[in-house]
Amino acid sequence: MKNKSVIVIGAGVAGIEAASNIADQGYSVTLIEKKDVLGGNLTNYAKLFPNFADADEVKNNLINNLSTKKVEILKNNDITKLFFENDKWHAVNSQNQTYSADVALLTTGFTVFDAKRKEELGYGIYDNVITSLEFESMYKTGKITTKQGNIPKRIAFLNCVGSRDEKVGNHYCSRVCCINAVKQATEFKTLYPESEAYCFYMDIRMAGQFYEELYRKSQEENNVIYIRGRISEAAATIDNRIQIKTEDTLTGLPLKMTVDLLVLMVGMEASEATSNLSKQNEINGEYGFAKSLGLHGNDNKTTKKGLFLAGSCKRPLNIPEAIADARAAALQITQYLNNLQ
Amino acid sequence: MKNWGFKIAKPRIIDLDTANTKAFEELCEKVPSAKRCIMCGACTATCSAANHTSFNFRKCNIMFRRGQFEGLAEELDKCMLCGKCKLVCPRAVNTRAFIYNMRIFLNDLNYKNIK
Repeated sequence: MKNKSVIVIGAGVAGIEAASNIADQGYSVTLIEKKDVLGGNLTNYAKLFPNFADADEVKNNLINNLSTKKVEILKNNDITKLFFENDKWHAVNSQNQTYSADVALLTTGFTVFDAKRKEELGYGIYDNVITSLEFESMYKTGKITTKQGNIPKRIAFLNCVGSRDEKVGNHYCSRVCCINAVKQATEFKTLYPESEAYCFYMDIRMAGQFYEELYRKSQEENNVIYIRGRISEAAATIDNRIQIKTEDTLTGLPLKMTVDLLVLMVGMEASEATSNLSKQNEINGEYGFAKSLGLHGNDNKTTKKGLFLAGSCKRPLNIPEAIADARAAALQITQYLNNLQ
Repeated sequence: MKNWGFKIAKPRIIDLDTANTKAFEELCEKVPSAKRCIMCGACTATCSAANHTSFNFRKCNIMFRRGQFEGLAEELDKCMLCGKCKLVCPRAVNTRAFIYNMRIFLNDLNYKNIK
């Protein structure tokens, strides 16, 4: 009964945690990762909201736990095809090697929105327009500077870049950028209390435990200034600063200001593997994400027998949600395999 | 002077490069709870003065933050300091003290020296 096997595609947060939990039940698990490191998008972050947990520590805990289980880990392995044939799921990589198992679990996750697509915001054109991801990797070095190497006297964060935007085809909210902006603004003001930090938002969506508290703390203790209005355009000044324009919607007046660094809070989009593999199996949902059988009761199953989903390949999730979802998927898969003749 | 029938409109734009945003910081030293405001407008909805005049505390508050002081003192004169706004504020901002201190600031530029 226990000679059944599972392939997990994608070794991000959900993939690692699901593989650990399925292996715990005695099934043979193969975890396949496109890159040469485990951890997926988690490897990009320094600290995690809302409690400033160390991202590397969270990642290493997941990986250390995985290393105690009997899981076959295949890195540098880009799965391009996934199909069901002769009672097995087959995953084919770009070198045409095939891995087969009774169950396939898709944990192919998300990628961040390409900010170049919002040309008016100047990303890729002006040096001092960066993404929230670049802020994270800079923060890992212990300081935040402009391209010219100066400490920004003024920084601005812009929310909803690539989210809630008809123009880029993404109607949905990525859910984590608001709190991430609050987190990054807090980190910036903690490093440089004398500098000014502005957050530009359409709505502030603090839908998680301790999110609202962190937002409030950023106002009270860190003096982060929030302006309701979406930046319509960014342009460089002669001294490499960035001039931004918006409507201060709560005063009903146009507003302009110059900042040293503009950080674009890029949203989440379905990764290439997520949209490709789900399309191949007709489980593609909205915006390239994969679609589960039912949101409320069957969120890990799909319309295809033996094909399961976990993590942010379904929709934008934060890390605790991805971990919980991976564990739920592991249980669903174990039950499925137990009943398999 | 000859009236040519033309006039130059003053720019309406808020320019945060030149605006006095330090005034709000000074006010916050006296009324720290002012920082917590989330501009929900509950204060303005319950305001008795707003029922009969054009007084809008939420707007006065944000104009002060942005350093837009023109006409603000006259607006603030419409407030009766009844304090109803303070009762409804979800972020427990001391709105009454906020208004009072804005008045002091706008009428006395030696605000810092006032005990």
